[in-house]
Amino acid sequence: MKCRKCGEKAVIHMRQHKLALCKNHFLDWIPKQTQRFIHDNKMFIPEDRILVAVSGGKDSLVLWDVLSRLGYQVDGLYIGLGIDGGNGYSAESRRITERFAAEHKLDLIIYDIEEHEGLDIPTAASMTRRGRERPCSICGLSKRHIMNRVAIENDYDVLVTGHNLDDEAAVLFGNTLNWLTGYLQRQGPVLPNRSGLVKKAKPFFRFYERETAAYALLRGIEYIYDECPHADGAKSIYYKVLLNRLEADRRGAKLSFYLSFLRAKETMVFTSEGDDVERMLHPCTSCGQPTSTPDLCTYCRTWKEVRDRRETVLEKGIES
Amino acid sequence: MTARIQLRDKEFKVRSGMTIRSALLQLNIQPEAVLPTRDGELLTDDEILQERDEIRLIAVISGGAY
Ligand code: SF4
Ligand SMILES: [Zn+2]
Ligand SMILES: [Zn+2]
Repeated sequence: MKCRKCGEKAVIHMRQHKLALCKNHFLDWIPKQTQRFIHDNKMFIPEDRILVAVSGGKDSLVLWDVLSRLGYQVDGLYIGLGIDGGNGYSAESRRITERFAAEHKLDLIIYDIEEHEGLDIPTAASMTRRGRERPCSICGLSKRHIMNRVAIENDYDVLVTGHNLDDEAAVLFGNTLNWLTGYLQRQGPVLPNRSGLVKKAKPFFRFYERETAAYALLRGIEYIYDECPHADGAKSIYYKVLLNRLEADRRGAKLSFYLSFLRAKETMVFTSEGDDVERMLHPCTSCGQPTSTPDLCTYCRTWKEVRDRRETVLEKGIES
Repeated sequence: MTARIQLRDKEFKVRSGMTIRSALLQLNIQPEAVLPTRDGELLTDDEILQERDEIRLIAVISGGAY
């Protein structure tokens, strides 16, 4: 197969676009497309200060690389979760992220959960009722909370994440299967800022996962290949597999599933409910972040529960 | 007339002479979920497998670790 632009040997064929490209043209195409998505969706402008959430995985590192190649002022935020899982997941992803930042002379903020909260994610999860099997619930809510807090406290204009089309389509699939209209209404490539909540954007929302992986490979970006051990068996992965089955039979199925959702949303298929949630927001009595739950936000409430439980455990002298 | 395909710690033997895509489908591996490489070079999946080819597949699915 030949590159559509120069006729050299292609390294990737993007069937949904009927487009094959050689290495050089692909490495050009990704930033150009990204710039178009940023502009068309009014994500941010060159004057904005951008914070990218970096996990050490391919998508977030590639995003950081592409945005800095495009000339944006973009700093990284790495959140230390303290997950070992037998393969030293957190330690390794931190090493990779720090190395990337150093090599590219980019600024990286490290936020270690254990340093701030006294416990790492797996230990904290073992102390919650919901988290005994899988720490993803406390992990996810902590990451969302911390990303927002760090962005607000350091005056960033926008927080960006490396979510790709496969991530977005999988979430959409889950939300649609259960008709979670509230979530559907808030799902999209850009979330505007509201009081206490930073603007969020996903500049890679139209790239297939294999495209960001190919970019990492071709640019020689080292990323953490082995998943967080807790992702194993996650629903999102199951949905991705199902969507890839559709894609194999009908090229572009994933992309059109997501893009037609965005179009449907514009015509106001999902209305009103979000406004109610919005009206109910008030500041958390402990941290001040907006929340719809009474008194404490979910983050503060969950971590309070963890600390209380830990104290009981320590008092009783039971090994935790 | 065989070629080898590796994915993580698994290795499969397939007939050479067919495309990588057909081999993947035969092995029940989703073409969308992997990137084929040979000697570290990325390949399109219409590439015909040659005798003694060693293809390493890079898995691309991630669990959304944000
Ligand atoms: S898989 Fe679960 S525990 Fe691991 S990083 Fe993601 S949310 Fe956290
Ligand atoms: Zn070319
Ligand atoms: Zn709070």
